[in-house]
Parts: sequence; C-alpha cells; structure tokens
Amino acid sequence: MTLSTLDPLRAIYSADIPAGEAWIHPIHKDQYFRIVDLHGNQAVDTLFYNAHNYADRYSAQDTVRAQQNLYLTTGSTLISTEGHSLLTIVADTCGRHDTLGGACSNESNMVRYAIEKRHMHACRASFLKAIAGFGHGLSKRDIPSNINFFMNVPVTPEGKLTFEDGISEAGKYVEMRADCDVLALISNCPQLNNPCNGYNPTPVRVLIWDGAEA
Amino acid sequence: MNAPVLWEETIQPGATWSHVLKRGTGLRLTDLEGGANAGALFYNFECPTERYNMPDTLKAQHIARLTEGFVLYSDMGRILCSITADTCGWHDPLSGFSGETEVLKKYGSATYQECRNDYHKNTRDGFLIELEKWGLSSRDLTASINFFSRVDVSEAGTMSFAPGNSAPGSHVELRAEMNVLAIVNTCQHPLDPNPEYQPRPVHVSILQTEPPQADDPCRISRAENERGFEITRRYFL
Repeated sequence: MTLSTLDPLRAIYSADIPAGEAWIHPIHKDQYFRIVDLHGNQAVDTLFYNAHNYADRYSAQDTVRAQQNLYLTTGSTLISTEGHSLLTIVADTCGRHDTLGGACSNESNMVRYAIEKRHMHACRASFLKAIAGFGHGLSKRDIPSNINFFMNVPVTPEGKLTFEDGISEAGKYVEMRADCDVLALISNCPQLNNPCNGYNPTPVRVLIWDGAEA
Repeated sequence: MNAPVLWEETIQPGATWSHVLKRGTGLRLTDLEGGANAGALFYNFECPTERYNMPDTLKAQHIARLTEGFVLYSDMGRILCSITADTCGWHDPLSGFSGETEVLKKYGSATYQECRNDYHKNTRDGFLIELEKWGLSSRDLTASINFFSRVDVSEAGTMSFAPGNSAPGSHVELRAEMNVLAIVNTCQHPLDPNPEYQPRPVHVSILQTEPPQADDPCRISRAENERGFEITRRYFL
C-alpha cells in the first residue's frame, strides 16, 4: 500500500467512465495517471500503447517476466512488446492487480458460462468499438492481453488459476507515471457472470496530472 | 496408441519452424536431449487475427500450467489444439520469450560474421521472421507457450524457473482441432539461469489423428471444454 501525494483538485484531466464503456486517451511522458475504484470491486481492463508506434504495446508476459512476479503493484514497470518501459506504478492503495485473466469477450463468455450468453456485453467488444472509433489503423490484432486493475486472480503453487473475491474497496486507487508517451485504452468491465465486479459493475474515475505536480 | 507419423524432422538448437497443422493431424514435440525449450505461437490459418489466447486458455480451465487433458483456446472461443499426450507434465504458459537485448545481456555477443550458423539467436527475432513469411508482423506477436519448461509461482507471485523439468525423450502431443499455423522456436527459456548459450534440438513429428470422440478426455474434462468443442464444430459447418 503506497499513498500518492497528488491533489485531485490540481489534476489537468478528470473523467468518470461508466461500467460497460470504453475510454481512449493519450498520456504524455512524465504525466501521472490515476484510476480510482469509486464504488469498490470494479475490474478495469486496461491496455497501453507506445503513442509513437502502436505495434509496440503492453505485454503481460514481458511485464511479469521482467519483475519475476505475476502481480502488479507499486514498483511494477509495465513493459512493451519491444522491451520498453511504458509506465511505472508509483502508488497503489489496493495492493495487487491482475494481468493473467485478460478481458472478457462474447466468445469467452460462451465457453465459460453458456453458449446462449453470447449477447452479453463484454470488454473486448468495448475495446473493438473504441479502436474502430479511434482509427489510425488499429484492429483486433492490436488487442493483446491486458491488465485488470483491482482484480484478484491468484495462481496456486500447484499451477491452478483461481478467481477470488476482489480485494479492492470504494476509493482505492492505483497511480502510474508515464515513462514515455502512451495511449491508454480502458474497458470498464461489464461482466455480470462472475464476482470480478461484485455482480454490480460501477463507474471508475481517471485523473491525469502534469509531471511538475509531483 | 501410436498415431501414424506422416513426416518428421528435427528443429535445430535456436532455430524456428512453422507449419500449418491440418485439422485431423497432430504435432508431437520431442525433447531429444532433455532440458529443451520449445516456444510456440498458434494462429487460425484461415483467419490469423484469430490466435492463441493465453488468458482465455487459463481462465476457461482454471490453470496456470499446461499438460495432457487441457486445450489451447483462441480469442474466438474455439479450440486450436488439444493436448492429447504428455510425458513431461508441466509446460509454461506465463513467461513469454526473450529478444535480442535480453540474449545479448545474458550470453554475450556472437554474430553471424564471427560464428556462422552458431550465432546467438533469440526467440523474438525467430518468431518475427517466421510471422513475416506468412504475411504477419510484429503486431501479431502474442503470448507464447514454452513447452518443456516449468516456472513455479509462489503464494506471493514470485516466478522461479524449475530446472530439470524435461528428461531426454520427453514428448507432448497436440491434436489440431482447426487448421492451425504453428510457429516453434527452440531457444532457451528466458528465465533459464544457465549462463551459457546452449539451446537444444526439438524433434517434430506430424501425426495422423482420429477426430475427437464424444468421450474424448479433453472434451469431457470440464463443461467449458464441451462448449469449446461445440463452438469449434460449428465453425466447420
């Protein structure tokens, strides 16, 4: 648990992302980026791209390998497919974030819950809508495995993946410093079939500060 | 049950190999000397934007390792391959692959000019070159599987490479449930603590396989996989 000293009143950008919506936004080098779990237990599916080369994007495997640990928290550096440091987590009042569970999709819901659940809203649908609107040639090829901020997916020593109740609560936040110019893409998760959102998806808040504030 | 071998060859140490596994065939990977690593990527050959998806594979089966009885899911809810046999017991789906910088830092410089074909290769470049051959690019680099390697995870999440996971002759068999572009590279595992550049060969055998029956162990292992097989069946109708 690491607190931030940044004052939300001095943020240069603040927005609330309702559950089931996507958000795509640049974050410049040395800016600070905070995500606040306003109501608690809300999975925030997040991707980052090198703003100057979208083929160079967040890599879950490179990130966990670089720190030789599966969970993200203060001190974790988010590594790109080309080995660059995209952002570093500098404050975290939740304590553990997942990067193995990926994003829900219509199709993964069919496999995991029931073939009839294809119609239910899902993160990868939000990602696809966001990049379709954004343009710049981004397509499904550019949607790799993401980070799930505020989600708790422990791995056991026997090699099992478990989905535990969230360890986040209302007001918990995670804050990162951008190590280069990045593009952030968020789906505020609409999943209703498992406890990742406490069966009640809720809004989250994103804030950006200029580096000089720190 | 020994499936007929249609053809076979050896992937040299550090080399990269690719092949379109046709539905109804299988791929047997054999660690000839022990201690090999086979990094692998998988795509739907007909529509390569559909590809192996690490999180969907892990969360559908509640696993963080791969062995016999598990399947490899694409991002479209379909099963690319089933793991139908495995004498090794643990394959790593978590750690990914290293690139030029990591290999240079770990093993030092050994260029083609100096070393001819014993130059130091890295998995990322091997994957990239092979992807380009099929019209794909760095945008298509995605999470890989490290066959024959095991990485243990502690309660705190710490990852540690487990030496000696794969004995000489250990093998794993994948049955293609779709037409699957498979790319395999034999560089060392990125977390292998061995300071020497010592990649090992991996033998590949293409097998004639029987279609999965109603009681196929991969299919009936869990309800998720029964749905996965049904979604895959529908794709071909």
